[in-house]
Parts: sequence; C-alpha cells; structure tokens
Amino acid sequence: MKALIDALGPLWGSLAGIGLSLVYMVVVLLTVAFILWFDRKVWAAVQMRKGPNMVGPVGILQSFADFIKFVLKEIVVPSGANKTIFVIAPIITVVTSFLTWAVLPVAPGWVLSDMNVGILYILAVSSLGVYGIIMGGWASNSKYPFLGALRSAAQMVSYEVSIGFVIVCVLLVVGSLNLTDIVNHQKAGIWDWNAFAFIGALMHGGSPAKMGMAFVVGLILFAMSVVFFISALAETNRPPFDLPEAESELVAGYQVEYSATLYLLFMMGEYVNIVFMCAMISILFLGGWNLPWGEVTNPFLGFLVLYVKIWAMFFMFAMVKAIVPRYRYDQLMRIGWKIFLPTTLVCVAIVGAYVAFFGGNA
Amino acid sequence: MAELPVTLGMANNALLLEYLPVLVFGGIGLLIGVVFMLANWVFAPSSPDPEKMSAYECGFNAFDDARMKFDVRFYLVSILFIIFDLEVAFLFPWSIVLKDLGAFGYISMMVFLGVLTIGFIYEWKKGALEWE
Repeated sequence: MKALIDALGPLWGSLAGIGLSLVYMVVVLLTVAFILWFDRKVWAAVQMRKGPNMVGPVGILQSFADFIKFVLKEIVVPSGANKTIFVIAPIITVVTSFLTWAVLPVAPGWVLSDMNVGILYILAVSSLGVYGIIMGGWASNSKYPFLGALRSAAQMVSYEVSIGFVIVCVLLVVGSLNLTDIVNHQKAGIWDWNAFAFIGALMHGGSPAKMGMAFVVGLILFAMSVVFFISALAETNRPPFDLPEAESELVAGYQVEYSATLYLLFMMGEYVNIVFMCAMISILFLGGWNLPWGEVTNPFLGFLVLYVKIWAMFFMFAMVKAIVPRYRYDQLMRIGWKIFLPTTLVCVAIVGAYVAFFGGNA
Repeated sequence: MAELPVTLGMANNALLLEYLPVLVFGGIGLLIGVVFMLANWVFAPSSPDPEKMSAYECGFNAFDDARMKFDVRFYLVSILFIIFDLEVAFLFPWSIVLKDLGAFGYISMMVFLGVLTIGFIYEWKKGALEWE
C-alpha cells in the first residue's frame, strides 16, 4: 500500500489501497466458502457418502445457500448473558482472523503491508484470537460454553508456544522476519524449500563436515514442518484436536448459545484462520509461490502456485479430520507441553549453534 | 485538497504507512461483522420466549451459577504460556542477528533459556502439567 501512496499521492493511493484490500478479502472469503464445501466433500468421500450435492453442480454453491440460511435465522441471546460481550465476541474473532492477512504476500511483489517484522506481527495477532473465544464462552453464562471456552483457550495457548519455537528455527536459517525474504530464501527449487532443505544440503556440496551439519539442520527443519502442521491443527481447533467442540461431552463448546450470523461469524473466523495456517505452512516450509523446479517471477503465476499449495495443504487438513480419531484432553496437553515444547526448544538450540558457530548458510 | 497533508500527516512517515493496511483490514472485519448482524436484524424473525432464552443445560433448568469454580491447572497453563511466549518474543530478534553475534550471543541466550528450562522442569516435576 505504501508503494501505491508513493505513486498516486495520499488520497488516490489510499483509496486504491483500500480497494485492493477489499478485493484481497473477497478472494479470501470466496476461498473460505469453497474450502468449506471441499472440506465436507472430502469428509463425505472418505466415509463413502455423497456429501453436499444439491445446490449447484456437485453442490459447489452449498456454502452460499448456508449463508442465506444463517441470515434468515433468529439470533437468540440468552437472558442471563452479558449481552454486549456476547455480541462483541464473534466480531473480535473475525477481526483478528482478518488482521493477520494484511502482511501475507501472495505473489512476488504482491503484498499489502510489506512490514519488516511480519512474522512477529502474525504471532502477536494470532494470540489475540483467544479473546473472542473466551469472551464468547464467558458471556454466554452457561456451563457448557464456559467449560468449552476454558479448554479452547488452554489448548490454543499451549500450541502457540511450540508454533513460536518452530518459527524461530526457520528464522535462524533464513535470517529475516519479512515473509517475502523467507520465500525468496527458498527460490532455487524443491531441494531448497525449508521442509526439504536436507536434500539441498547434499546437493550444495562442500566439506563432508559442513555437508553433514547442513544435512542435520535440514532434517530438523523437516521435523519442524511436521510439528508446525500438527500445532496448526490444534491452534485452529481442527479435528483431531477439536476438544472445544467435542460434541459427545461439551455439545458444541463455546458456541453452544450462539445462533444465526453470530455463529456464522465464529465459524468464518475459524476457517479464515485455517486457510491462513495453510498459507503459512506453504510460505514457511514449502517455498511459497515458487515452483518445485525454480523461481517464479510472474506475479500471476506465483499467485496461482501459492493458491494451489494452500488447497493442497487444506486437503491434508481435511484428510486428518476424516481419518484420525479425536484425542483426549490430557493426551492433547501432554503432546503440547511434554513433547512438542522440549523438542522444539532443543531444536532451536541446535540450529542456533549451527548458525552462531558455522555461519549457517543451509 | 489543501487540508490533505494535515489529515494524512502520517503519510510522510514511511514506517507507519506500512501499518495502514492493518487498520484497513481491521475495518473490513468490523464492517463484515456489523453488516452480518444487521442483515439478521432486518431479515430474520424474532419471537423470544422464556424457554428459548434460558441457558442450555441438557433439558432441565439451570440449578446454579454457570460461572463456577474451575480447575487451577487452566491458570497454571496460562502462566506458563506467558513465560514461554515472552521467551519466544525475545528469541525473534536474537535469531535475526545471531550470525553477527556469534558465540557470545549464542551462549548468552542459552544461559537465559537454561534458567527458564530449570523453571519448566520444576513445574513438570511438581505435576503442573499432569491432567487426569
């Protein structure tokens, strides 16, 4: 947006920037609408059902029909609820889920806010997402939402920590907080993508000792990409970590008292976050908009490549939802605090040693 | 047009300008939230009755306050989160300049992490992370 203001002057530059932001958000929301349909289709296909198939060809317009239904339903605010907080909570969820997108580069040169602390900003804003959930659960003044919100908040903050350490590992190797720089670091090809850097370590050669160390760091990064994927599932309350919404024990968690568009806002915020996490995995570990065999400089092609990667990542999210059974709460907390946290901490120490003592150009 | 440089005085500040889209995106989110709610208010029926407005409780009336006591471990988890999230926030700038800092920077940070890890081990042994 800064480039636009420099080029067109403050008034027209700002307006063009706002227009572009609107286009950007419309694309994100349309993606969310189709990804919701895709999620249900994959889930149905795994269970040998048809899934949504009535609205439009193969049910592809299902999400829009659902939207109209949400708008036509009655908002029920429980008489015991704190009405203001009850209404504000879903809005906070949506606003925080939108905020993170401002810094996400979608193609070479296509970024609205190219701030130099992009990753730090994302970490800060995604932590705020907990507020919407805990406010919603508390304001409902009902037992199930209250318990669901507590669980959800504890779960989200637990996995936030391991996500932070994983990101630090990537930053150590890349050496920049800017998301565009992180993508450009992986531009050579699939062997240089952070998830597969151990292949690149063998290809780049050098002395056996140096090659070996780079290989180990590459393997650590691969492990970190897996940890990031699992933490992203937990962070966005996706199955198998959907304990806040465990229907069999908590009905629907913090959303029990919500109906109509208030519920829609919660669900939209959740799915916007999920798509964002898919985009983050693509950018941090899978080369962003670069093709497996080389760099992409055309922004249109770059956008298409990143978009396909986001859908591919979401396919994995959907498959996990369909085939992995739900975790128990104590197992969830054990994985987060006793396995992921120590593992990622040790990995930060190892990668840090590599960078500090050997200059680390993995 | 003469007033514009005053209202957009920030425009000269390149650093703040990079954060303008954040404001715009927040505004779009707020707008969508409010518009959706208004759409509901315009199009949806509204027929409240006492049963519908009561808190959900598996079919019977709520028999005590929903804001009940809850497990202290949720509190411990949030305290642990604050400690470790702060730690991550400290690690971010460190990870960028580590190449230039070299061994000194690495050892300093490891001492810092070591102190926190001792605290973490203590919590672990105390059973703060046990959920049964």
